[in-house]
Amino acid sequence: MPDALINIAGLHKAYQTAAGPFPVLKDVSLSIVAGEFVAIMGHSGSGKSTLMNILGCLDSATTGEYRLTGRNVAQLGKDELAHLRNGTIGFVFQGFNLLQRMTLLDNVALPLIYCGVEREERQVRALDLLSKVGLADKAQSLPNQISGGQQQRVAIARALVNRPSLILADEPTGNLDSHTSAEIMALFESLNRDGITIVLVTHEDDIARYAQRQIHFQDGRIVSDQVTPAKVTS
Amino acid sequence: MTLAMLGEAWRAMGANRLRTLLTMLGMVIGVGAVVLMMSIGQGAQYAIKQSIAAMGSNLFILLSGSSSSGGVRSGSGGGYTLNVADGEAISELPGVAAVAPIHPGSAQVIYGPNNWNTSVIGTTPDYLSARSWNITSGSAFTASDVRSSTRVALIGRTAAQNLFGDEDPVGKTIRIRQSPFLILGTLALKGQGMDGRDQDDTILIPLSTAQRQVFGTQFPGSVRMMMVQTTTQEIMPQVERSMNELLRQRHRIREGMDNDFYLRNLTAAADSAAESTRVMSLLLGAIASVSLLVGGIGIMNIMLVSVTERTREIGIRMAIGARQRDILLQFLLEAIIISVLGCSIGLLLGIGGALLVESLTGTAVIISVSAVLVAFSVAATVGIFFGYYPARKAAQLDPIEALRYQ
Ligand SMILES: Nc1ncnc2c1ncn2[C@@H]1O[C@H](COP(=O)(O)OP(=O)(O)O)[C@@H](O)[C@H]1O
Ligand SMILES: [Mg+2]
Repeated sequence: MPDALINIAGLHKAYQTAAGPFPVLKDVSLSIVAGEFVAIMGHSGSGKSTLMNILGCLDSATTGEYRLTGRNVAQLGKDELAHLRNGTIGFVFQGFNLLQRMTLLDNVALPLIYCGVEREERQVRALDLLSKVGLADKAQSLPNQISGGQQQRVAIARALVNRPSLILADEPTGNLDSHTSAEIMALFESLNRDGITIVLVTHEDDIARYAQRQIHFQDGRIVSDQVTPAKVTS
Repeated sequence: MTLAMLGEAWRAMGANRLRTLLTMLGMVIGVGAVVLMMSIGQGAQYAIKQSIAAMGSNLFILLSGSSSSGGVRSGSGGGYTLNVADGEAISELPGVAAVAPIHPGSAQVIYGPNNWNTSVIGTTPDYLSARSWNITSGSAFTASDVRSSTRVALIGRTAAQNLFGDEDPVGKTIRIRQSPFLILGTLALKGQGMDGRDQDDTILIPLSTAQRQVFGTQFPGSVRMMMVQTTTQEIMPQVERSMNELLRQRHRIREGMDNDFYLRNLTAAADSAAESTRVMSLLLGAIASVSLLVGGIGIMNIMLVSVTERTREIGIRMAIGARQRDILLQFLLEAIIISVLGCSIGLLLGIGGALLVESLTGTAVIISVSAVLVAFSVAATVGIFFGYYPARKAAQLDPIEALRYQ
């Protein structure tokens, strides 16, 4: 698959524990092309987060190959990985992971600092993203002054600010009520319509239904990979 | 980029103001102490140098010793074993520039309605050259004044101010113990002596006049002390030997008997005093630098705590694209800001303290640029040095480990 955005083959991951290596991912192969909206599902402990961290270049596989935009990630240096996390990948966490001391605007602008964007432009772009997620009026607030759903929207704005081609979201609605979850998923849906590839971990069917493709994990292996039924009919 | 990081570091410090201030305090105290100590030390050195210069250079002081006549021994300077003829003989020795016999005393001095108790020194014109003391107006008395015991005087600045106020003393007549003295000239300002006494509170009169007409003496022509100046400092040891020899010969002191005079090299004594203040100020500076070091360790300690506390933040930053060097720079900048800010405050406090010491105690302090530069660069280096290790520790965190940190 030459134009796959993500291409992993024979991926294994074992955590080193006191009791020896503990295998979590077992021979995972997967290919995702640009523009897809993929939901990864599975029980708790099935290895979803482990896979996401590897996809997000935060962690590395024990064996197997991971190609992102055609480049073998295992062969990249630390700075190049940081550069990928900065510009190519936008990560959205279950716990939002905003910096509590900073205003929402500064939180959103933070990735731009690491690629040398000037202050003026950082502010403009961050504000632009904040208004896109409907929080422009809260730009100068601190994270603890807004609700969880709003914090997740800020986190998404931060993930988007450096115009990534891939959004990785690990249970982004895990801490949110169903109504707020729906809002967040609508946001992902519209981002996907704009051409951004989205890989999202969830264990709720309602959430997974927003994706075009659902991959099920069980005990570190992919057990099914199919197009979302509802999407087929629509 | 660096500017943005600077802002970040600044904000991080602002988030924990008390801790930042306490950390800074180590630096403040360190730099303040170094600057204060160096300033006081250099001031003391300067004061000593000044009084050495004021004392005159290449000087011996010759004191008459115990005259062990009749088994009663007087202390040094107590007897009258030296006489004017000894002085004349010494002045013939090679390398001797000036010899000034001295008869010191104090007396009540009257001018018009004013009176003042001051030191009155009977001596010869050589005294002025030995002590490198100039006449600012009028003229000095001469050897012939000494020979004929004329009642003439030279007056120091302090004595003149107390007796004459703003009036010009030259040509006026004062009374010293009721005898009238014509003021021939005024002496240049000399300042504090090595013993801390005001050297300008004095009147110089011819030796013979002092002995015969003012103080009186049982032994006219004998003196308790003399100042001897050599032409160079190098020749002093040689002159010391020949003076010893000469005086033993003149006083008919047999082999194995003690001298009846004491010879002291004032210049050497002054030099060693200067040396000991120099060592003292270096020592003070060194002790103060230890507090700088302690301040640096304080910075490292707090930075390590800060890195641990902010592990998760570091993980988040890495997850959104911070490189190792970005994290390193962030924490290093924090350490540097703390140390440089602490330095600046310490510098101001040190200088302020030094000025306060000066105004309270009147001792001279010298705030030298070099001391300031040394303190500042040491502190900045300490900040970088002790900030580097924690910053590197932060930068080398594994992104996923840091993110998982609770
Ligand atoms: N750092 C780690 N060290 C050891 N074991 C881990 C570590 N992280 C996760 N695991 C284990 O790996 C398995 C998969 O974890 P994870 O990928 O987080 O699963 P999921 O996200 O699907 O719930 C779990 O059994 C978990 O206990
Ligand atoms: Mg998980």
